[in-house]
Amino acid sequence: MAFRIEIGLRKGIRDPRGTGVVRRARQFLKLSMKSCATRDVYKVGVDASSKKQREILKAFTDPVSCRSALGRLAPPPFDWMIEIGFKPGVTDNVGRTAASLVADVLDRGLSRGESIGAGIQFFLSGAQMTRTDAEAIAWNLLANPLIQTAEIFSPGEWETHPVNAEPPVMREASKASTTTIDLSGTDEDLMRISREGTLSLSLDEMRAIRDHYLNPETQTKRGNAGLPVWPTDIELECIAQTWSEHCKHKIFAADVVYRDETGVEHHYSSLYKTFIKAATAEVARERDWLVSVFTDNAGVIRFNENFHLVYKVETHNSPSALDPYGGSITGIVGVNRDPMGTGIGSELLFNTWGYCLGSPFYSGDLPEGLMHPRRIRDGVHHGVIDGGNQSGIPWVRGFERFDDRFIGKPLVFCGTVGRLPVTVNGQPSEKKHIRPGDRVVMAGGRIGKDGIHGATFSSEALHQESPAQAVQIGDPITQRKMYEFLMEARDLGLYRAITDNGAGGLSSSIGEMCQFSGGAELDLVRAPLKYPGLQPWEIFLSEAQERMSLAVPPDKLKALRDLARRRDVEISDLGEFTDDGYLTLMYDERLIGRIPLSFLHDGCPRLQLEATWTPPEAPRPRRSRVANRTSQVLKVLGALNTCSREHKSRMYDSEVKGLSVVKPFVGRQSDVPADATVCRVELSSNAGIVISEGINPFYSDIDTYWMTASVIDEAVRRIISAGGRPDTIAGLDNFCWPDPVQSEGTPDGRYKMAQLVRANQALYDICTAFKVPLISGKDSMKNDSTRGGRKISIPPTLLFSAIGRIDDVRKAVSMPFKQPGDIVYVLGRTHDELGASEYHRLLATMQGTPAHTGGNVPRLDATPAFTMYARLHDAINEGFIASSHTPTLGGLAIGFALCAVGGNLGVDIDLRRVGDEKSGDDVLLFSESNSRFIITCPPDQSGRLEQKLSDLPLYRVGVVRNDRQFNITGVRGSPVVETDIERLRKTYRATLEDI
Amino acid sequence: MAPPVLIITGYGLNCESESRFAWERAGARPRLMHVNDLLEAPEQLHQYSALMFIGGFSFGDHMTSGHVFAQRLRHHLRDDLATFIHDGGLILGVCNGFQIMTKLGLVPGLAGDYFKPEVALLQNDCGVFQNFWVRLKFEKDSPCVFTRGLDCMDLPIRHGEGKLFPRNRATLDALEKSGCVPCRYVDPNSGEVAREFPDNPNGSINGIAGLCDPTGRVFGLMPHPEAFLFPEQHPQWSFRMRDEEDAREGAGLALFRNAVRHLNEA
Repeated sequence: MAFRIEIGLRKGIRDPRGTGVVRRARQFLKLSMKSCATRDVYKVGVDASSKKQREILKAFTDPVSCRSALGRLAPPPFDWMIEIGFKPGVTDNVGRTAASLVADVLDRGLSRGESIGAGIQFFLSGAQMTRTDAEAIAWNLLANPLIQTAEIFSPGEWETHPVNAEPPVMREASKASTTTIDLSGTDEDLMRISREGTLSLSLDEMRAIRDHYLNPETQTKRGNAGLPVWPTDIELECIAQTWSEHCKHKIFAADVVYRDETGVEHHYSSLYKTFIKAATAEVARERDWLVSVFTDNAGVIRFNENFHLVYKVETHNSPSALDPYGGSITGIVGVNRDPMGTGIGSELLFNTWGYCLGSPFYSGDLPEGLMHPRRIRDGVHHGVIDGGNQSGIPWVRGFERFDDRFIGKPLVFCGTVGRLPVTVNGQPSEKKHIRPGDRVVMAGGRIGKDGIHGATFSSEALHQESPAQAVQIGDPITQRKMYEFLMEARDLGLYRAITDNGAGGLSSSIGEMCQFSGGAELDLVRAPLKYPGLQPWEIFLSEAQERMSLAVPPDKLKALRDLARRRDVEISDLGEFTDDGYLTLMYDERLIGRIPLSFLHDGCPRLQLEATWTPPEAPRPRRSRVANRTSQVLKVLGALNTCSREHKSRMYDSEVKGLSVVKPFVGRQSDVPADATVCRVELSSNAGIVISEGINPFYSDIDTYWMTASVIDEAVRRIISAGGRPDTIAGLDNFCWPDPVQSEGTPDGRYKMAQLVRANQALYDICTAFKVPLISGKDSMKNDSTRGGRKISIPPTLLFSAIGRIDDVRKAVSMPFKQPGDIVYVLGRTHDELGASEYHRLLATMQGTPAHTGGNVPRLDATPAFTMYARLHDAINEGFIASSHTPTLGGLAIGFALCAVGGNLGVDIDLRRVGDEKSGDDVLLFSESNSRFIITCPPDQSGRLEQKLSDLPLYRVGVVRNDRQFNITGVRGSPVVETDIERLRKTYRATLEDI
Repeated sequence: MAPPVLIITGYGLNCESESRFAWERAGARPRLMHVNDLLEAPEQLHQYSALMFIGGFSFGDHMTSGHVFAQRLRHHLRDDLATFIHDGGLILGVCNGFQIMTKLGLVPGLAGDYFKPEVALLQNDCGVFQNFWVRLKFEKDSPCVFTRGLDCMDLPIRHGEGKLFPRNRATLDALEKSGCVPCRYVDPNSGEVAREFPDNPNGSINGIAGLCDPTGRVFGLMPHPEAFLFPEQHPQWSFRMRDEEDAREGAGLALFRNAVRHLNEA
């Protein structure tokens, strides 16, 4: 019954999808071909008469630009053809859309067993191309073997190949069953069970589970309920996922013995409680706008009398390493569900993204099974672009950091800001309540095998056998439909509580939700499946995307169902919330598992970890004493970590919703990055928010304490620079660490753990000094890859995301120079702090000793810095400041350059006036000292500004020119940098232009 | 009285809040309605004076932008749309909304046939989605009621498929002759029609950025007028505030004001 449709562009119409393949094959694989034409293929597994088939063909085809055929469309001339499709069971968003179109044509819904598979054909022309070349293009450019199929044909092979019309379908039809896992064996047996089941449980944890099941009280209760002595598969899987590092944050909860550099021992019981929670608790005494922190899916702070703000940042690292597109799109649509599931459900406003990757130009050895960093980068951007754009949520911040230690595991950060009406239906919106008797309802997508073991898997280092089903592909449109439905349902009061289904799927969402009522009972047979053949435990753990869990009062269920039907959203009633203290699991009315909530949530033994801090030896690069620094400035400006990211960023929508004010790119030509982004929160008000971030994995090579201090300072001063209020800033901490647990595979675990301790110490010290509460955070603690006998660990990385308020968005300040004649100031002191700076990393690389990046890492004197920020804020508010920029990577040299490029105006700078320490040109140009700003003001205001800030380290360093010349005079009074705006702009753009 | 305007939502369309705000500011009474609610009772359409197809990613832009949404409307709403146009209703489509309109054939609607597609909006020449601001120039002689009296305007584009492609040369000539091209991408320095990226962001022929029907009441465009309602939405606002007199409102609002004026005069 299945039939096939092929659709191609009419002759003579340009095919950018094909041209893109030609370009990328040349750039990336060094393969040249003459041309590439593409076509869409649909394998339609739908019962339709031949008349209806022709109608479907017509409905699929754009009459102006395309031609199409049932079966085969005569191919263009080609040398090789690659046809790509999805493997069975993989989310096929295009196929799903095609199915709704077919349903419209047939005027009926598709039945079970009917489906459509979408694919793409690439017709490659190039007489010299070999099959091996075509295979390289198929597998290194177009398809990912974990999720896709790629077939390669010569013209002769294609002509004789039978017309394949069968969509890929999962044909596993194993009967649902439940097994029992005997834990009575030796420690070795326990560990084998953990390993072979991808449970990622340690021996202590396995023993704790065993002991629970051996407990006579447990045994009696299980006996009475008719359950076996030992755990059923669904119970063990549920416990393993609840106790996973991903969900339980065991390293942050551990008891830690920390030996500092003097050998003194410090004992910390939970870094999270000691430093993070404690910092917020202390700050909370002086900040009255915290609404809900650390308790829900995202942090909640007050914005005004109408709205709270909700913000969450997540990482999606491991899945993005396996399938960059699927992993990252799941990352962005996944983090959208955090605010959506916070309180009674938030509206989604803005997305943020940031990636730490290997260099796209990496030419070293790549361990088998790892993708080239450039391919990872392309896929990750593409995924977040599609996820964000199709969800109608604009991006407001984005960054990239490159270091080859990220080739094993890329870091993919995705964040979402939402707004929550202060009250919904007269109730405070941030509270979650569930009553026994409320229905357990799942809304959104169907369940498949996708993402099973995602939570436990992400808590492991990547290895060769990392499971393919860990890959999920997000479907933004299904989620958008669900989101709009949920917002309507929320305002109609049709549910009582909501949370998202993320890692761990139902086992996590229901496991957490049922704590509010005291238990839950569900029958997994009622969950809608993508295809038959899932075991009950798989249904419970599946991380299939686009799902939310709701607690629904029984009398609202009918109205909720009715709304769901009208909005084309699937919901299912899985069971009810109870108050018996158990999570009870049924399958087709048969009891298959029963876990006491107390054991599930509090039974996990605490880790005992050791940490030893020995300050690392970090040799410095040889000092460069050149007299003219122009070429150094250009090299640093064009370096991978400082250069323009505009090419990729323009593919993300930054303006939908109409709330953006200071956009991610500013300047006369909109080509320099804003220090921070300023947005409205509602169209009808001029009050807004300022969003920024700080990240610097490089400083971790010297000391994670100052790394942490620096990234917090960076995020905070970015907000100040843009005009945000210093007393309204909240922070989010996202830790991405290499495994810090000492073991055979991690012989330097004590050091890495000490790095974690020091980062936490700084987090506490700086956040309390700045009075910046931490409102949400996440940690990802196993960012190592072991493949081909080679272990690659990421440098310890902390993303500090900040959000602050601005009373009137029209008072926001941007960084480009505004007018010729404006006076240029540096506010803040410049110290000899070149350690791990862009400049030192450049020197070290040029000198052939890339690890010799040492030196003084930037430090921070937080209390005076914060006083300075408050004073600068007052000056901005009073309208003195024409432009403000806070220099980061590359120091003042890059700061001046970007302000000049942004304003299309040259500048004269005199380094002799920068600060009052005796320093060389290299320090003054490139030091990355914290707590500094480059500000300008009109000449007629400069006297008042200087007077106003007279007690601060304010240095009048230059004047904005009325032409394009960019001049810096050195400490000896002679020119050290002489260039012009166009050269700076060209250098800044060139590195990642079109890449 | 403020004219009622219907804004269709659902299936990935996503510019509903700023579009509603634009109509409100312009003095209309906008109402958001999920497409499924409209298709359940299509006669509701006739309670409105204007209809807006907003931007977004209907059905993920799978199978080419706007295609599946347009097929659904063609299947269920065709007669009501025809009546709505015949009765003097205004239709505005932006971005995905414009794509939906071209897929239906609502624009250019040459010779009074509103359901025969005559143009396609193809993938941008650069091959990818793009978001940046462009300069538009409006044609003085176009019958388009939305652009009446307008000269130039900066607006953002946010699309992957905006390259206008007419079925054939004759169609293009007919479009140009009937005044169906109310706005084009131009070089901001020379004011000439832009042919090259980025001034012409997608490779559209003759720099065509939007199309109307010969009556001028049915209009769609790729750039987003609803994204320029405040002066500080312009990417260079911080320079303009000092360079020029601070405008009271974003330029994009003018299209909505024109529409409301037309409805109030009609």
